[in-house]
Amino acid sequence: MAKKRSVIPFGPQHPVLPEPIHLDLMVEDEKVIKAIPSIGFIHRGLESLVRKKDYNEMVYVAERTCGICSFMHGMGYCESVEHIMGVEVPVRARYLRTVWCEMSRIHSHLLWLGLLADGFGFESLFYQCWRIRERILDMVELTTGGRLISSVNKVGGVIRDIEPDMQTAILHAVKEIEKELRVVQKTFMNDYSVESRLKGVGVLTKKEVLELGCTGPFARASGANFDMRVRGYGAYADLDFDPIISPVGDSYARCDVRIQEIFQSIDLIRQALGQLPDGDLSVPVKGNPDGEYFMRVEQPRGEAVYYVRASGKKNLDRLRIRTPTFANLPGLCKTLEGADYADIPLLILTIDPCISCTER
Amino acid sequence: MAKVKESPWLLHYDGSSCNGCDIEVLACLTPVYDAERFGIVNTGDPLQADILLITGGINTQNKPVVEQLYAQMPRPKVVVAVGTCACTGGIFKECYNILGGADTTIPVDIYVPGCAARPQSIIDGIIKAVDLFQKRSDEHDALMDKQKRKEG
Repeated sequence: MAKKRSVIPFGPQHPVLPEPIHLDLMVEDEKVIKAIPSIGFIHRGLESLVRKKDYNEMVYVAERTCGICSFMHGMGYCESVEHIMGVEVPVRARYLRTVWCEMSRIHSHLLWLGLLADGFGFESLFYQCWRIRERILDMVELTTGGRLISSVNKVGGVIRDIEPDMQTAILHAVKEIEKELRVVQKTFMNDYSVESRLKGVGVLTKKEVLELGCTGPFARASGANFDMRVRGYGAYADLDFDPIISPVGDSYARCDVRIQEIFQSIDLIRQALGQLPDGDLSVPVKGNPDGEYFMRVEQPRGEAVYYVRASGKKNLDRLRIRTPTFANLPGLCKTLEGADYADIPLLILTIDPCISCTER
Repeated sequence: MAKVKESPWLLHYDGSSCNGCDIEVLACLTPVYDAERFGIVNTGDPLQADILLITGGINTQNKPVVEQLYAQMPRPKVVVAVGTCACTGGIFKECYNILGGADTTIPVDIYVPGCAARPQSIIDGIIKAVDLFQKRSDEHDALMDKQKRKEG
């Protein structure tokens, strides 16, 4: 019997993804031949707000590019404006930013692990991951006052301090998270049913990853050594860490890399809090920025690029954000080709899509 | 909260939010906050949903999607706008692609403020929605009975 071709729409409203993305899946029987993404359902045009808000107010807009990696967006924006203005941020502020960065990485990766477990129908594992995640959110709330949108960044430093009793609380929380994550890790890595859904599914080679320009854990799981934190922004230059890389390139490796990265983040938080220097939280900033700068930060999903151009006015001329999910979309379409239809939701989840970043 | 006789099903759609409210809505359904103890069930199917939780403002491209989702839901239905963006447009109100809050497109019954809305306030909104759904459901039943009596 001849194979039958048809086009199945996926999204924008779909039970697996909380966010709207639309894919036209061209299928031949059960195999996907081609996936055509169409985006734009969450496009807000927030980059255009630079014309209406001054460069200090834009910090809050930049933080709302994405609710999950909100802190890193704020940090990327602030550091680029600081570079243009030649502001020397106090060392303590750089360390505090790093601690908050790693805290949001932990919560983002735990969120992803939960969604992945939900994607392959392991409901109790989803609940476990999100239960662990609440611990780190409590710490974010304790130190910043907000659970997701923290708004502690400003041009010139940070607004709030992490005081000694908060540091103790954070160290206690990460210890508990580490303990509980070891249990969850066993299920993810040793469970027969999880293995059968993830192993050998959606394989991308290192060459393909580099050609398609993928970033983040998605690229690192295929063996590409690509971690922007080694650039040494924030306090990463003073901390000891190596990017986590897996040569395999399937969904299982992506899961493994992200779990390892949570342990790495816990280690980085310990290091940063252990050598937290004394000093001011911020320096006063005078005048308006004049110049342009490219800032590259490593977010939970990969590399985000901030381009800021200013010409001595209180409003910036241009703000451009290149987000990691946008870079990973070609890689996603490549993994979808030749995949089983039943694996589609899972494969979409393995790039850890953040559509609201992508469309801004 | 009055005694719940029915178990309303909940549909979540992300309008054009920043994800903050979306994951707080999801966090509401997980063990720590557990909104399902009020009898609601999260569903992905608009045809079976009674309560629509919408996060984020409305833009030109998702307007037809939201209208369609609302139209597909059976009567009686309740709409909850979660987060400042869904209430008014929020920080993105001045963006060129944002038409405004969810009430520019569909009738909204309950507004949950916050950026991002906290799970506690989302749960509060859900409880209000459950009560409202109960009330509308009773009215709907009474209307149906009346019609049946007229016919029969």
